[in-house]
Amino acid sequence: MKNQSKFLFYLLSLAALLVTFSCGQGGDAGKGAIGGNAAQRVYVNPGEHDEFYAFISGGFSGQLSVYGLPSGRLFRVIPVFSQDPEKAYGYNEETKPLLNTSFGFVPWDDAHHPDLSQTNGEIDGRWVFINGNNTPRIARISLATFETEEIIELPNSAGNHSSSFVTENTEYVVAGTRFSVPVPQADLPISEYKGKFKGAISFIKVDQESGRMNLDFQIMMPGFNYDLAHPGRGKSHGWMFFTTYNTEEASTLLEVNASQNDKDFIAAINWKMAEELIAKGEFTTMPTEYAHNVYDEATHSATSTIKKEVRVIDPSKYPGLVYLLPTPKSPHGMDVDPTGEYIIGSGKLAASMTAHSFTKMQDAIANKKFDGDAYGIPILNYDDIVGGQVTQAGLGPLHTEFDGEGNAYTTFFISSEVVKWKLGTWEVLDRQPCYYSVGHLMIPGGNSQKPFGKYLVAMNKITKDRYLPTGPELTQSAQLYDISGDKMQLLLDFPTIGEPHYAAGAPADLIKKRQTKIYKLEENMHPYAVKNEKETRVERDGNVVRIYMSTIRSHFAPDNIEGIKVGDKVYFHVTNLEQDYDVPHGISMIGANTSELLIMPGQTETFVWEPKRVGVWPFYCTDFCSALHQEMQGYIRVSPKDSNVKLSWSLDGE
Amino acid sequence: MIIGALLLGSLFFLPMWNITLEAPQYPDSIGMNIFINKFEDANPNDIKNINIMNHYVGMQDIPERIPEFELFPYFVIGMMALGVVFGIIGKRRLYLAWFVLMVVLGSIAMYDFYLWEYNYGHNLKANAAIQFTDEKGQPMAYQPPLIGSKMILNFRATSMPRSGAYLLAVGMALSVAAFIQSKKEAK
Repeated sequence: MKNQSKFLFYLLSLAALLVTFSCGQGGDAGKGAIGGNAAQRVYVNPGEHDEFYAFISGGFSGQLSVYGLPSGRLFRVIPVFSQDPEKAYGYNEETKPLLNTSFGFVPWDDAHHPDLSQTNGEIDGRWVFINGNNTPRIARISLATFETEEIIELPNSAGNHSSSFVTENTEYVVAGTRFSVPVPQADLPISEYKGKFKGAISFIKVDQESGRMNLDFQIMMPGFNYDLAHPGRGKSHGWMFFTTYNTEEASTLLEVNASQNDKDFIAAINWKMAEELIAKGEFTTMPTEYAHNVYDEATHSATSTIKKEVRVIDPSKYPGLVYLLPTPKSPHGMDVDPTGEYIIGSGKLAASMTAHSFTKMQDAIANKKFDGDAYGIPILNYDDIVGGQVTQAGLGPLHTEFDGEGNAYTTFFISSEVVKWKLGTWEVLDRQPCYYSVGHLMIPGGNSQKPFGKYLVAMNKITKDRYLPTGPELTQSAQLYDISGDKMQLLLDFPTIGEPHYAAGAPADLIKKRQTKIYKLEENMHPYAVKNEKETRVERDGNVVRIYMSTIRSHFAPDNIEGIKVGDKVYFHVTNLEQDYDVPHGISMIGANTSELLIMPGQTETFVWEPKRVGVWPFYCTDFCSALHQEMQGYIRVSPKDSNVKLSWSLDGE
Repeated sequence: MIIGALLLGSLFFLPMWNITLEAPQYPDSIGMNIFINKFEDANPNDIKNINIMNHYVGMQDIPERIPEFELFPYFVIGMMALGVVFGIIGKRRLYLAWFVLMVVLGSIAMYDFYLWEYNYGHNLKANAAIQFTDEKGQPMAYQPPLIGSKMILNFRATSMPRSGAYLLAVGMALSVAAFIQSKKEAK
């Protein structure tokens, strides 16, 4: 959203400000919007818990943040696509493979759209998925451990934006490419974009037991830009809908050249049919390269595998697989109401919003009422399928979610507001300003058959004067509205990590009960784990030294090591022997060219230290573990390369 | 009488006693159940976590086995057998004798438990990291109560009988009931 709307933003920021102020939202606007008891309604008593979890994308931080609603309190930043020295994610030997790609180690990405796993169309609290936009990847995060467990790279994609949306029973996570590219990649003049570039839509199958992802197939679509997606549900289950822009297939100055068509498309993909085609062998296998990285909770370690091929379906060959639904002006948000009937594309350059009717779409298909085709894919007639229009609701509609009571809520970027309207009658019921330039919004359970229509979180692109200034770069921001009444009410502003593109929310009870509190030591299968202090030791093999170390309140074992030499490669394999909730230990070594480790009870983690100087060098526990945390420390004696100091280790002389 | 004697069998699978420690940092509390033949975590890893905490003041680890665990089962089986035999013989004086014997053995067991607690709370390592003294300047003792609650530093320690002990009491009461009943019948 950030990148693509950057041009749009500059172009329209003046208009945005004009609209903002002319609507009387300047000056005392903040006060006017807040009811007298707003503070009470977002206040969670000390020691009590929030009602909802909110998983808010960390945008260009590459991470996923976890907040409580209604308090807006930040609980955790889950490292996903970017290294995080606090948690040693991407720094320790165990998690480095998670950030591997076909391009090598990529320690950053642009995290966009989290989506929660579902069962029977309702969120189930098992996993949250999120896409990396830049080097196309999809991650799966466990909601028992709040750790990234798997990252799969997507071949033939570029700008993995219409992702990572989950079907009604988590059969698939889908990922559409924003940039179309030559498939397979080739040394082509850019001017040959039209017709030669393709847009891959990936369907990633999810194992219902383990959550493991598998790139099942790709549908090779025309070279449009695929923006966002949502699954059909209820009656439209089995379909996936994607908004597109740049159906002009421009490759330069897109802000103008991709904004010429009066209507772009929503691509409706019948994935149930695609599944059958795959089962019947109706696909081609294409050589490619992509990384599949899996973290194993038993070994506390990740592995990275490079896969070499992908199954591809050409939609022009299979009538009935894909239809194109004309939708006004570069639609961004792609949303389906809880009943599955209305398919809503928010044309970000249009003044009105279009809701297609799934029933009408089925009729038009049955009667073969097509209005031509694009690269062999039938285009339906706009008038045949439109279910309703919300006219003149605001400027720059972006994204819509639902409260489960027949109402829809749409953000408007340019007019900087959230608008409540009614499905079916298409009348506007309420509007509230956002501060400023709202992008996406989230209602817990919003992408499901059963939303929890109590709160709405609006994620803003610009904060300007809303917080204490912090130099040229200001905090990113979200706003919380109470939507339980007829009128929306602004309750709270709260800062966010990176730019929040999208979010997913769930009732706290759904996730609280699934929590892992400790890792059982007896189940630790890490190859360099120790199960007790007797097993701690130091081993040398050439210049590779492995320290099998343990931690328990309040000491390391061993804590005195001699016989290490300059030029050695020293692996600290550290097992936390604790089996008590919330007792991690940390470790760091002076001069190690990496981060600390932060080891959960029962877990083993590893960092590498290459001593460069002779001397006696300390290490210590970095996490305040106990009353004698400060005493949790040790020394390593480093001798010259040719020294004959014997390798030895001890704890309290033993 | 026979039922009363057989109720002792519950001691093999129900805990006799429980010690629970509560502190602000342990919202779920930690503790251990005492059986006639073992100590058991009230919640997984509790004994390990009690040991980790207590080592700072120099307390010994709670042992996995104590000599009593070897002896107690024989006493319990013996008393069960004796109770059944007495029940079959059906002489009311034997019922009373069984009860009295149980009281004597139970008192010895309680005294033994007290001695173990005393040792556990007083026999501290000389090089402990934390060495508190009481208001008289004496080394602080960390003995849990025999029965009831008391504050030990930041912990509230509660020591109470559990289901096994209650069933044992019921068994003993039944032997007295049998004694009274057979006395009435004799009249």
